[in-house]
Amino acid sequence: MGEFCRIAWLVMRKDLRVEVRSRELVYTTVFFATSCVLVFSFAFVREGRPLAGVEAGIVWVALAYAGQLALGRAFERELGQDALRALLLAPVERSAIFVGKLLGIVLLMAIVEVVVVFLVTLFFSSALIEQAFWLAALLAAATVGFAAVGTLFAAMLARSQSRAVLLPVLLYPVTIPVLVAGVSGTIALLAAEPNLDQARFWLALIAFFDVVFLTLTLWTFEPLMAE
Amino acid sequence: MTRMRNRSQTIWFAAAVLLFATAPVLIAMAPNEATMGLVAKIFYFHVPAWFVMFAAVFVCGIASAVYLFTERARADRLAVSAAELAVLFGLMGLTTGPLWGRVSWGVWWQWDVRLTTALILELTFIAYLLLRRYGGPGSEKLSAGLALFGMANVPFVYVSVNFWRTIHPETTVVPTLEMPMAGPFWWCVAAYFALFLVMLDGRRRLEEQRAAVDRLRLAYDDD
Repeated sequence: MGEFCRIAWLVMRKDLRVEVRSRELVYTTVFFATSCVLVFSFAFVREGRPLAGVEAGIVWVALAYAGQLALGRAFERELGQDALRALLLAPVERSAIFVGKLLGIVLLMAIVEVVVVFLVTLFFSSALIEQAFWLAALLAAATVGFAAVGTLFAAMLARSQSRAVLLPVLLYPVTIPVLVAGVSGTIALLAAEPNLDQARFWLALIAFFDVVFLTLTLWTFEPLMAE
Repeated sequence: MTRMRNRSQTIWFAAAVLLFATAPVLIAMAPNEATMGLVAKIFYFHVPAWFVMFAAVFVCGIASAVYLFTERARADRLAVSAAELAVLFGLMGLTTGPLWGRVSWGVWWQWDVRLTTALILELTFIAYLLLRRYGGPGSEKLSAGLALFGMANVPFVYVSVNFWRTIHPETTVVPTLEMPMAGPFWWCVAAYFALFLVMLDGRRRLEEQRAAVDRLRLAYDDD
């Protein structure tokens, strides 16, 4: 177990070091998420006022799109100098490599989430931050599920020529339950009288999907990445 | 080989008998629904179509798991055949559902949990077929991984209707069916499953023959 954690930590640290040096993914995904929020503001602001209750959808759609962008690029990087093959040839447990990549993507998405929540609160005069704890819990749980499936699919598709098209085609049908639960939980928090019972129910549902997704991804990463 | 052909002929015969007799059975035995009239008969096609869709998803998922962990190409050929049928029967369910809903609920589509999750399941298997077609070399393994996620979704789709208050009838409707509805209903289920087996068998044999042609071509090129 200690060895597993050490490998996962090393892979994550490698990804973060590459990211700190280039800052490519943070800059592009944050910029993309901001553009998404802007596009939504054109669609959902009427006569200077935002429509009621649209913030939840905006936050989650912007995050899903930005996450997809980050996932695709995170594995494209590994293709240069055949780094992906070198990583897979390392005499370590492949699931540890998967967990390391997953942690890197979760951290990156967390940064994007902070920016998106801040922007939506600012632009849409939203009450998102008033229930910060429950919102953070929903976002954290959903990010783990979304990123777990996304990391597996992005890794699978890394060697495919049509990966840019196929990643969203595969990712969204599978992760929609998590996104739906996230949106519904956030809507419950944004109600005039925040409905915490309902938010807890949706959080539990996301946690259930996290368990299913993590089990399946850890189970299938090894055979899926075999050449 | 002969035994296999005999078995396949038996299934063909059973499917033909069951399907040809479906309309007479429905006319003679299924009771008339007072408010919905003839449209209520959609129930006898809609529910069996989803049963078969779920069965096809399980066949695809289990065959994919076998392929993923044992690399048996036959399992992959069975998986792709079942995935196509899952999409086909899912489309049947998604077509008959709105026809029934228009009369019963007054709308073609309702963004209800059961309907939404069923649509997600259908999309997952359309994605499976897209991946097979455009994923390039190695897409067999990738699609096997996707099929496992699709299979994990089935229990959720089936019980979703019991978790939330939805407009869709609950899953307790089918086990508590009584005569005179139960007879024609289970007849239709048997007919659809026989049809599924016939189509699966035919589709799988087509895949086997394709693989055999590929092998022959490779052998010819080597000579």
